[in-house]
Amino acid sequence: MAGFVARRLVQSVIVLIMVSFIAFSFLHLLPGDAALVILGGEATQEEILNLRQELGLDQPMWVQYGRWFTNALQGNLGRSIFHRESVISVIAKRLPVTIYLGTLALLLSILISIPAGIISAVRRGHISDSIITVAANLGMAIPIFWLGILGIYFFSLKLGWLPVMGYTSPLDNFWLSTKQAIMPVICLAVIPLATLTRQTRSSMLEVIRQDYIRTARSKGLKEKTVITRHALKNAIIPVVTLLGLQARYLVGGSILVEQIFNIPGMGRLMVSSVFDKDFPIVQGCILVVAIAIILANLVIDLSYGYLDPRIRDD
Amino acid sequence: MAEVTTTNEILSGNAPRTNELRRFMRVFLGRKVVLVGVIIILVLIITALFAPQIAPHDPIKQNLRIALQSPSSEHLLGTDPLGRDILSRIIYGSRVSLAVGFIAVGVGGVLGMTLGLLAGYFGRIVDLLIMRFIDAMMAIPPLMLALVLGVSLGGGLNNVMIALGISLLPTYARLMRGQVLAVKQADYVKAGKVVGCSDFRIMFRHVFPNCLPPLIVLVTLNLGVAILSEASLSFLGLGISPPGAAWGAMVYDGYTYLMTNPLLSFAPGICIMLVVLAFNIVGDGLRDVLDPRLRGTI
Repeated sequence: MAGFVARRLVQSVIVLIMVSFIAFSFLHLLPGDAALVILGGEATQEEILNLRQELGLDQPMWVQYGRWFTNALQGNLGRSIFHRESVISVIAKRLPVTIYLGTLALLLSILISIPAGIISAVRRGHISDSIITVAANLGMAIPIFWLGILGIYFFSLKLGWLPVMGYTSPLDNFWLSTKQAIMPVICLAVIPLATLTRQTRSSMLEVIRQDYIRTARSKGLKEKTVITRHALKNAIIPVVTLLGLQARYLVGGSILVEQIFNIPGMGRLMVSSVFDKDFPIVQGCILVVAIAIILANLVIDLSYGYLDPRIRDD
Repeated sequence: MAEVTTTNEILSGNAPRTNELRRFMRVFLGRKVVLVGVIIILVLIITALFAPQIAPHDPIKQNLRIALQSPSSEHLLGTDPLGRDILSRIIYGSRVSLAVGFIAVGVGGVLGMTLGLLAGYFGRIVDLLIMRFIDAMMAIPPLMLALVLGVSLGGGLNNVMIALGISLLPTYARLMRGQVLAVKQADYVKAGKVVGCSDFRIMFRHVFPNCLPPLIVLVTLNLGVAILSEASLSFLGLGISPPGAAWGAMVYDGYTYLMTNPLLSFAPGICIMLVVLAFNIVGDGLRDVLDPRLRGTI
């Protein structure tokens, strides 16, 4: 087990270094003089020279990367070009918002998808299975920015049940915050909900065909016990793996959802910084998100190795 | 497999293959949902190809006197704030969706499969380097990667296609590598080495074709993903430049007029959903026919 943990840790560090390199290189993809592109045509020669120096563009690329990377290791991701503050403090203000909404969305999708997947598999071919399968397929196909707009139209504009947009911290005003969070959380949950339901259904279908399930049934166990104690335990493993991947979709979703509902989180910061070409922020966001995703996968992999010795020894 | 083939059919050499194809089509199109999916995709392709003939109006021509009209017999879905016919813009928008879908998947597929083939075939350090790089790409959410790449490359529709393609690449590389590792053990690959085939020849003539079935499924499923991602990016303002029509951008433009003209946002959104749904259903159907073992893995 120790060897397995060590191997996975080293792997994660290598991946992180590569991510940092990818994040860093985006600035250098910009066609032409990056400083000029960032500041626009009206900038004076002096401003351009200053920015070039600030970003280190006057140095060879590997020197720039080395400097950026060693600073990043010390928790210094540079200064934002537009916010005129350190990247870390800009991100620190917005990260909790995205984590809060993302966690709620993930919880919501787990709570609904696993029972839905089980019901769908156990009652295969019944009307409930058809409804769940169709809903999951729609969930995979619906553009979530459009779902958000539909929600705003019906629940805010027509029925007046929910506020149109905005974000309030649950610590400031819990009731308002919850009302504002309902639609964004549902929109964020749609993709994880659909993928997890489909995965639960298909791995459950796979498992209930196995011999040990027939054995359990022939022992005279109640169907409920067979499903929850015998089948689910094995069927859930691929679902847990998939759970680790959901962080990617939640962050992707937050880019769209925060834009529609005007929520000051990482997603919105990302979009505005990309279009403003505020690259220190963009690089910082990518790095922070990647660390979160790598950590999530690491935790899933380690727990997986703990549960299933075959993976450990591979 | 107990099929009666006459001597002539056997001699002509193509009999079993035609039967296979026929059986494939029967099983594949036998399910009504899949058939509906195929029909939606065909309609999309025809619409995109013959947009100038089908569209009732010019999608770009502005006429402020008829701005923001409700649906009428002249403008079936009404008009936008600049007096342009919504239906015609949706019809032209199908071209963007379809082109981006195919080109992005093409870019991602070719690059990803090549990387996966190299990693799986050569193994060792090549495998290590390529796969850690792929892991790094997987640690960046695809939409985020496509957004940053698209803007960094300079924006515009072409760059969005490339950016989306690159964001799709990791899945292909992983799947291809897994397939290659399995196929590499086959006797015909070893035989190829023994008779002195070059690595290049073994890779592309012998290994590659035998890795394809699950990748074909992934391509179909990814067409939906690519179209959805393009819509998301154009919703955020990246992609085709105005006055060109793209569905995602139309949803965004209509957002401002949600209270008075909800159709402006609703109609293009429904199109995105239908098309993505169709590609997903057809992809699932293909997977079930080509390789039922894959159910739930891609």
